[in-house]
Amino acid sequence: MLTEKPPQHAAAPGTVVPERATLEVRGLAAGYGGPLVLRSVSLQILERQVTAIIGPSGCGKSTLIRCLNRMHEVLPGATLEGEILLDGRDVMGLDPVLLRRQVGMVFQRPNPFPSMSIFDNVAAGLVLNGVRDRALVAEKVEGSLRAAALWDEVKDKLKAPGVGLSGGQQQRLCIARALAVEPRALLLDEPCSALDPIATGRIEELLLEIKKTLTLCIVTHNMQQAARVSERTAFMLMGELVEVGPTDTIFTKPSDKKTEDYITGRFG
Amino acid sequence: MTPGYRRRKLINAACFGLTACCAAVGMGALLFILGYIAWQGAGAVRWSFLVNLPKPVGEPGGGIANAIVGSAKVVGLATLLGGPIGVLGGVYLAEFGQNRTGALVRYAADLLNGVPSIVIGVFAYTLIVVPAKRFSALSGSVALALIMIPVVLRNTEEFVRLVPHTVREAALALGIPQWKVILRVVLPTAAPGVLTGVLLAMSRIAGETAPLIFTAFGNRFWDNGLLHPIATLPHTIFTCAISPYKEWHQQAWAAALVLMFFVLGVNVSARLFLRPASGGER
Repeated sequence: MLTEKPPQHAAAPGTVVPERATLEVRGLAAGYGGPLVLRSVSLQILERQVTAIIGPSGCGKSTLIRCLNRMHEVLPGATLEGEILLDGRDVMGLDPVLLRRQVGMVFQRPNPFPSMSIFDNVAAGLVLNGVRDRALVAEKVEGSLRAAALWDEVKDKLKAPGVGLSGGQQQRLCIARALAVEPRALLLDEPCSALDPIATGRIEELLLEIKKTLTLCIVTHNMQQAARVSERTAFMLMGELVEVGPTDTIFTKPSDKKTEDYITGRFG
Repeated sequence: MTPGYRRRKLINAACFGLTACCAAVGMGALLFILGYIAWQGAGAVRWSFLVNLPKPVGEPGGGIANAIVGSAKVVGLATLLGGPIGVLGGVYLAEFGQNRTGALVRYAADLLNGVPSIVIGVFAYTLIVVPAKRFSALSGSVALALIMIPVVLRNTEEFVRLVPHTVREAALALGIPQWKVILRVVLPTAAPGVLTGVLLAMSRIAGETAPLIFTAFGNRFWDNGLLHPIATLPHTIFTCAISPYKEWHQQAWAAALVLMFFVLGVNVSARLFLRPASGGER
């Protein structure tokens, strides 16, 4: 099951890879039964790049990325209209379970499984999806922990409970857990908002590392973070996408006045 | 020191005294029962009492070995029958029970919990003993399982509901199907509380007497499988206590002491079970 996915477009060195969208949103409207939280949002999330979504609290950033792997519909009363494409295919036509193996998610607060050890946390996505080959699981767990820059800190205590780690380590554990199922894209919903600056720095470093192989979309409150890690930035305000473009452009010469006001700290 | 101040201090002291007295009465009742049973029963509890069958009236000695084994069998089988139903029903209520059906199940469970245990005994009698034309361990277990189910159900619901929503989300976001999320991630997270509930329900049914009168019936000898009358500790206490023989009264006290230690043991181990969970979560 886990191997069923589109080929990774590995480019030979020197060739120019055309920018293609891993995820694309067209005319998305979403809400929770009351007034719409998102209105006519269209956005491309390009392959093997970091797309940052910024905007003030309550602007719909989290709702937007939760739509991308259909975690939005888990919440009571959730409604959704519009198109979301993964590699050109409408995700509403996919089984949400299979979609989520392709498009992983890391949440605002670290949420390791309390009943599981560090190893079992990372292995969970594989083992609970029927991978029985223990050697393979062990190999992927190590690979994922290395990719999440956590291996050296936990390699001697893989059997210890995941919730015993520090907040920053727990969040890297959650990233490792999401990486273990080898998704095409990883969505991060303010992954550093509960962490101190040092832990945040380590997460940002590892994001720059893992974007070499997968597509990332990060929601953040922190504009410096968006500037540090992303190639492209989208600015949202009150449920609408105001502007999206290369991060440099958004932060230096945004085309919309509202973006400029937000970036320069006039509100938000 | 105004009179008003002194009055207030006095009322305060009186109220404190009253609550402390009531607490002491509650505590004292337990200590008195434990102490009295120990005092009355300790003399008769010896190794031979634990490993021998009862003797006929007039013969000295004799024990309650068959009742100890019988209680373990009946309670064990009741747990096998009622435990899974209670746990899975509780999972249903916690995960899918936010609707009318859930409210109905919850209400029914609370009602079942309130049904007098003798009525449950009569029910199991009508349902199993009458058609089978014999008293049996099985019918006793069914009666006890019926008592156990609502207790385990509501307790499981509480603990499964305590599992944070973020844990479910994390598992769903990994592309794990919902049934596996519930059984392999949510339920294990709630396991210490759920198991504690099962253990406490076991200690509760281990002391039930009334439902066993028409079902397990009692037996002065070793029982034979699950389809024959069987001796149990509470029922042995009951028959010994209402008998006219002095040495049987002594044995009733001793059997009560054994039962009490069993229940105490289960309660203490239940607390040990719960401890790592409360320590592990932050």
